[in-house]
Amino acid sequence: MPTLQETATRRATAARAAHKPRRVRKRASWWQPVVVFGIFVGLWYAVAAYYDQKVQLPYLVPYPHLVLMSIIHDTRPDGEPTGFNAELWASLGRTTLVSLVGLAVAIVLGVLWATVMAQAKGLEKALYPYAVVLQCVPILALVPLIGALFGYAFLSRVIVTVMIALFPMVSNTLFGLHSADRAQRELFELQGAGRLTRLLKLHLPAALPSIFVGLRTSAGLSVIGAIVGDQFFQRGNPGLGVLIQVTASRLMGPELYATIIIASLYGIAVFLVFGLIGRLAVGRWFDFT
Amino acid sequence: MSITTAVRSTLLDFRDVELVFPDGTVALSGVDLTVDRGEFVSIVGPSGCGKSTLLRIASGLESASGGTAGVSANRIGYVFQDATLLPWRSVQGNVELLAELHRKSKVDRSAKAAAAIDLVGLTGFEKHLPKQLSGGMKMRVSLARSLTLDPELFLFDEPFGALDEITRERLNDELLRLFVEQRFAGLFITHSVSEAVYLSTRVVVMSGRPGTVVQRFDVPFPMPRDPDIRFTPEFAELVGDVSHALREGHR
Repeated sequence: MPTLQETATRRATAARAAHKPRRVRKRASWWQPVVVFGIFVGLWYAVAAYYDQKVQLPYLVPYPHLVLMSIIHDTRPDGEPTGFNAELWASLGRTTLVSLVGLAVAIVLGVLWATVMAQAKGLEKALYPYAVVLQCVPILALVPLIGALFGYAFLSRVIVTVMIALFPMVSNTLFGLHSADRAQRELFELQGAGRLTRLLKLHLPAALPSIFVGLRTSAGLSVIGAIVGDQFFQRGNPGLGVLIQVTASRLMGPELYATIIIASLYGIAVFLVFGLIGRLAVGRWFDFT
Repeated sequence: MSITTAVRSTLLDFRDVELVFPDGTVALSGVDLTVDRGEFVSIVGPSGCGKSTLLRIASGLESASGGTAGVSANRIGYVFQDATLLPWRSVQGNVELLAELHRKSKVDRSAKAAAAIDLVGLTGFEKHLPKQLSGGMKMRVSLARSLTLDPELFLFDEPFGALDEITRERLNDELLRLFVEQRFAGLFITHSVSEAVYLSTRVVVMSGRPGTVVQRFDVPFPMPRDPDIRFTPEFAELVGDVSHALREGHR
């Protein structure tokens, strides 16, 4: 049985919520993940303490603050310089470059490929299976061959990234180009609009929401592609993938965790940024979520 | 002289029009239909009787497989069942579209669009996006878009079928006003008998399978029409006759 005071408070809250429902929902969506994060860090400390005290292998699960310090400082807690921190940011820069160049190529190729397919049913039938093939071939199986053909440096890393990131661009763009309905197409047909006009004024604008959904997915995959390529090629300018392998093989616990975290944060950032770009581009007229 | 006038005044002349789909379905058979300048012709019929197909032939979206389907109007407006707006364009952008497709200059386009938007009473909503508009307003935008063509012949494919009764009646009045002011000829598809009688100078009743014309009614009420004629006995009687013909044809 709620007291009068409680009822009044609840009513006032409800009234406020009715007034600004969006803000309330937004605020509510912030603290819940933070609580989960707090629990996660707490558990991490517990597991780290277990590995430190009982298993006596502290580098397998280092304390969170040690990981954080290896990102921020260039020295170990005992004062020994590591040179790790500078290497971390340089690696992130190289991985970023590979993934963004790969993504750019995937966008251009994917949109072109889909646009060509959208021009005629026959072209689609001829070309779409190869998009599926691209998706089905285990890229890792091709990596040694790519290295042998194109060397073990920047170019090969970009090729692997493109192969991994391309499919969502192709399939989403194609889907989008087919999304204009019959009446919309007839509206253009009745005015005698040509192929190019229809593409530029109807089909491509109608495809934009799908293209941006594909872009967001491909952006995430491009990060994976860049890191996978890096780990396999090893040689050339090392990125986060190489750094992960080096720190793992040298049992540099905090540094390994730091690299994984930075790689993950980069992936999340890319996903969010490209989601934001999509919302800015089409959110005005399309519910882009 | 009188011959040219006669030729000119008939904007749509269908004789014995037939349409057989590739699968063998006879959609239309032996359809005779004319629309003269100054006429507003409505076609009523059960769904699937081919009345929309008739309109598609008139617009050139489909061609007849038999008979002659003559259309001598230079500029044809076409209003779809749905408003068929481009959701990424504002009201202004949507109304400008047709002039844009005809490569008119920017100044020309915006002047035409402004005039058309004014005609349908949407001045002040130019910057709105379709998703911000009600169904009735979207249909007005669609009307305005076709009005920019300055059509001689206006084809309507059940444009108000999805709207509520009040909005529909209001848009009927607007359409009548536009018909009187703009002097286009109209060919209007609907399944509402009272809408057909209220809007038209002539009502054509079709029956289905295969689609053909079963009866024609001249509507004697003068233009411009008073909305209240809908409540007169004469109006009710005509609606009754058309409905009767519709049922007869349907049997």
